[in-house]
Amino acid sequence: MSVKSRQVQVRGESETGIRPAKTADVAGPTPAGDRNLGWSQTRRIARIMAAMSTELIEESPPDVGARSVGIVRTQFATLFAPPSPLVLANSRNLGPITVAYETYGQLSPQRDNAIFVCHALTGDAHAAGYRSKEDITARKAGWWDGFIGPGKGLDTDKYFVICANVLGGCQGTTGPSSICPETGQPWGRDFPVITVEDMVAVHAELVRSLGIERLLAVVGGSLGGMQVLEWAVRFPDQLASAVVLASSARLSTQGIGFDNVGRAAIMSDPNYNNGDYYGAAGPRNGLALARMVAHITYLSEASIENKFGRRLQDASTFTFDLIKEIEFQFESYLHYQGRRFVDRFDANSYIYLTKAMDFFDLEKTYGSLNAAFTRAQARFLVVSYDSDWLYPTPQSKEIVQSLVSTGKHVSYIEFHSAKGHDAFLIELEQLEALVRPFLERTLAEVRVETPA
Amino acid sequence: MTETPSPPRTSSTGGTAVAPARRIKMPRIGGAPYCMPDPMVALTNNEIMKHMPAGSRVLDLGCGDGRLLEILRDAHGCRVQGVEVDERGIIACVSRGVPVIHGDLDRGLPEFPNDSFDYAVVSQTLQQVKFPKRVLEEILRVAHRALVVVPNFGYWKGRLQHLLGGRAPVTQSLPYEWYNTPNLHFMSMLDFRALVQQLDIRIVKELPIIKGRAVDRAWAANLRAESALYVLERPETRPNHS
Repeated sequence: MSVKSRQVQVRGESETGIRPAKTADVAGPTPAGDRNLGWSQTRRIARIMAAMSTELIEESPPDVGARSVGIVRTQFATLFAPPSPLVLANSRNLGPITVAYETYGQLSPQRDNAIFVCHALTGDAHAAGYRSKEDITARKAGWWDGFIGPGKGLDTDKYFVICANVLGGCQGTTGPSSICPETGQPWGRDFPVITVEDMVAVHAELVRSLGIERLLAVVGGSLGGMQVLEWAVRFPDQLASAVVLASSARLSTQGIGFDNVGRAAIMSDPNYNNGDYYGAAGPRNGLALARMVAHITYLSEASIENKFGRRLQDASTFTFDLIKEIEFQFESYLHYQGRRFVDRFDANSYIYLTKAMDFFDLEKTYGSLNAAFTRAQARFLVVSYDSDWLYPTPQSKEIVQSLVSTGKHVSYIEFHSAKGHDAFLIELEQLEALVRPFLERTLAEVRVETPA
Repeated sequence: MTETPSPPRTSSTGGTAVAPARRIKMPRIGGAPYCMPDPMVALTNNEIMKHMPAGSRVLDLGCGDGRLLEILRDAHGCRVQGVEVDERGIIACVSRGVPVIHGDLDRGLPEFPNDSFDYAVVSQTLQQVKFPKRVLEEILRVAHRALVVVPNFGYWKGRLQHLLGGRAPVTQSLPYEWYNTPNLHFMSMLDFRALVQQLDIRIVKELPIIKGRAVDRAWAANLRAESALYVLERPETRPNHS
């Protein structure tokens, strides 16, 4: 019946052992054959793997009916080509930059109904629909398919929705795994350090290149929400509204700690080789570990208890075996998450993007939060979730307080959910009930301001 | 603005037993779905609007579905902000384009800096918060003036019921049983005046609401008024605490 209940069901798959990780080598040694593969072959496989993967597939129920955007195609734009490279926040130049993006719905003749979706840490441009018929059969939809489509939260019957992979990512947009034009080799750790500001600069340019002067809304959760905030402050006249979900004006110290552990796991993997692992096995163990730690922070204690409890994976009693990595179901789930992540994500990208997330600090960049938000012109919708401990409610309230102080139009709600940080990806019914009227109202007001 | 009945305002304290809440359907712009009329609310909203100078910065605490703020914004050119605890109320505000913040008055108004509003509106809410005194102080920290509508538990029918029937009062304006009322405090006009004086707050106006009409002056108001509208002001001389 409801999106929620279907999700619960689908999410429950792992607990009924759909893919129980029976093996302990979740991120274990790569098949020996891999080492013999050429670079181009590895790249091709990586691309296919990336194409096959989607963020949080089990949480986002596929919808192939009238409410699906159907089969979509990822497009590529080349921006910042010489002689006008992007000047990064750290003053280095980068260009040309390839950006992978997808669009859903139709741009209105007035070009006033475009919504940009900023994805979170490990998301990609494939936010909705299916990339192929095979994906439909396999029910592999985009990472926010439950929220984007005809009649959904971001209604593609009314709006033109754009989602692009971030700078530094590994799903089609230029990042550390891309080829450096000067050397003909993958950038690896030579890729310049990037920030949330740089990601937004690239996306803002993409929007301009699509002929859209002003977006109806920029929407994003988590790291995506940080991009929304940066966008609203940096390019105030480029968006009419900003929807900030489960996010913050700066990552908590606790969040920085978890990011650090993730990076340390990758870097301590002998296969990391200082980031120069392309064409080789790569730090699969380390990257899987990083994902496992991070995944815990996306859940809540209650959701883990409800979903897994202390149930054992494949025995009714403990084996009292120290070497056995998986005894509890939750362990199996984490290992599965880690293993699946490795197939679709680049370890260097993970390092660059978590660093960007750690560096993001509106207060530091603009002197104070008020100084930052004074520049904003958009109307804001800020949402937090009461069980989110990675981006907890007080961080959203801090944003709201500053927006109120600077006299901005802001609405804020704290939703109740047991799903933790992931709630913005899963609890779509309540989010839809809020976001739909917000966007409708914004569009109506935009059209009053500038009649066609 | 008087022909459309106002919906019940919901408490800003999480009271669950408030008058039947309006079911929020898919919001439409320029008109809300039909809901049961509540003459008391319509009356007090009109009174509030009469006392609101055009162009004021207005904060409505317990703003319900944002109807009052919408009118103040559209007809009086006010810059408005709502605070509401109920999720459906918040969604209704958002669909009216009224900025609203999820909040509980008893936790104070930390989102709002001192003097960030000209007027704060607290209609039929103060008797429902846990700490009315603290809330009143907080209101006059963020706004220079406050429009407060409170029920008058000194109303004669209530007194009579209590005296003769020996039962807790239930009247038309307070249609609750003792076990499901959102009203935590039972004060009369005299009680409210005493608190305001104790807090060194100036009463600019006191309008008893009698038989559905706000009147400037009335004999035995504390006996005859079902509720009262106060215009309160923070004295200029008083240093602004916090």
